[in-house]
Amino acid sequence: MNNIKAVLEKQIKDTLKNKTILIQFVMFPALTLIMENLVQIENMPNHFFAKLFSVMYVGMAPLTCMAAILAEEKEQNTLRVLLMSNVKPWEYLMGTGFYIWAICMAGACIFALCGEYAGMSLILFLLTMSVGIITSIILGAAIGTHSKNQMTATSITLPVMMLLSFLPMLSMFNTNIRRAASAFYTQQISMLLQQTDMSWSLKGAGVVLINILIAAVFFICAYRRCGLE
Amino acid sequence: MEYAVKALGITHIFGEKSVLSHIDLKIQKGEVFGLLGPSGAGKTTLIKILTGQLKPCEGTAELFGMDTEKLKSSDYRNIGIMMDNFGLYERLSCYDNLKIFTTIYGLPKDRIGEALKSVGLGETGRTAVMRLSKGMKSRMRLARVLLQKPAILFLDEPTSGLDPATASDIHRLLKKEQEKGTTIVLTTHNMSEAARLCGQSVLLNEGHIVEQGSPAEICRRYNHQKKIRLHLYDGRDLEIANASSSARLLEKCLLEELVETIHTTEPSLETVFMELTGRGFD
Repeated sequence: MNNIKAVLEKQIKDTLKNKTILIQFVMFPALTLIMENLVQIENMPNHFFAKLFSVMYVGMAPLTCMAAILAEEKEQNTLRVLLMSNVKPWEYLMGTGFYIWAICMAGACIFALCGEYAGMSLILFLLTMSVGIITSIILGAAIGTHSKNQMTATSITLPVMMLLSFLPMLSMFNTNIRRAASAFYTQQISMLLQQTDMSWSLKGAGVVLINILIAAVFFICAYRRCGLE
Repeated sequence: MEYAVKALGITHIFGEKSVLSHIDLKIQKGEVFGLLGPSGAGKTTLIKILTGQLKPCEGTAELFGMDTEKLKSSDYRNIGIMMDNFGLYERLSCYDNLKIFTTIYGLPKDRIGEALKSVGLGETGRTAVMRLSKGMKSRMRLARVLLQKPAILFLDEPTSGLDPATASDIHRLLKKEQEKGTTIVLTTHNMSEAARLCGQSVLLNEGHIVEQGSPAEICRRYNHQKKIRLHLYDGRDLEIANASSSARLLEKCLLEELVETIHTTEPSLETVFMELTGRGFD
């Protein structure tokens, strides 16, 4: 537990001084607060921006942050020092992953506030966001583990993030895109948020589960090939 | 005899290039041991093998009786490793950088101040690492390994690129650590540093040990001239044979108070290395 605590504390202090990471966590919740309160368009669905940005947030923030943090630590050889100081790889990943999950869940609370979720729908919303965030963290960990430095991580993260974040938005305008996007967990989350009762369909849950498994397989392959050092 | 490090027949090959060839080493507990040689001699590779960061192609290495290939992360509690490429958290303060490791090792927080003070960074606890000079960062790396009070310290070129005053501070610090019983293994291409710090050493060239012993012993071994040089008050230098035939002349000079200083003429470690390998250190 000491090691996870050390990683967690380090990450909290480091993020407060790292603007590129900090902006990822803050950008979409702040945008949602602004747009939900200032922009009113006729016939626009209820809480359109809260739902749209929360899906984009799931596909962007946890993925880029996890990959960037891991790649930076590998590039600067700080991760190696940690691993040679009695910190096990799973402890490092747990500490960093939990930290990103917690901050993203704080962001999710802002989306929930803007979307006026309450009672059971609030619980379902947070649960759905949590599942999406965890999937993105695993995918980010796979990219960070595979990358030797931040440059490589960014070049891989960018297209993946674009795909996951923007497909749900683009699928609103094109049925073909919608069909293709439905293979991704972000689109399933987007579809779920559009429903008033937010009940998971068997197909939706299956797609998300397969996405999690694929992300986990990517991570295992990257870890076996490159390790954390 | 208790050994901190034992290596037998260590051979390592990168691609087709042999980096280390049949290296045998025994390092006693509490000793300062130098791995000396020019860049590319295999010093850092040997340190990596001795600390379990790299698996040798052939041979075995033991640290306090443990096979280095089987070292667990908990074993590193007693091993301090300072490599030049080991990073620091640049955005965090010196204090916060060390705090991470006190949490990991379950050490009291006052160790942070002690460690920073011991390397002369007592006043910079709140400064972000990115604002430190190269020398200060080097001292920070040393503070990090001293924090856990390890039984053995591996230092890869600890004073490389530092100004003489900072290097001298680090030498003093290492001497203090040795007095506390810490075994220190350091690599250096600075021969005066080796002569000053190391009790025992090996001279490495292209992955081979070309000579070993204490720096003074190595120099004496290659003292082919066997002469004594006298510097006289009138400015002249006089070289006389280190033999009974010179006794009368030496006595005369001393009796007449002509001698300002007396020097031996054994070669420096650089000269020995050059004699053995035909190449210099730089």
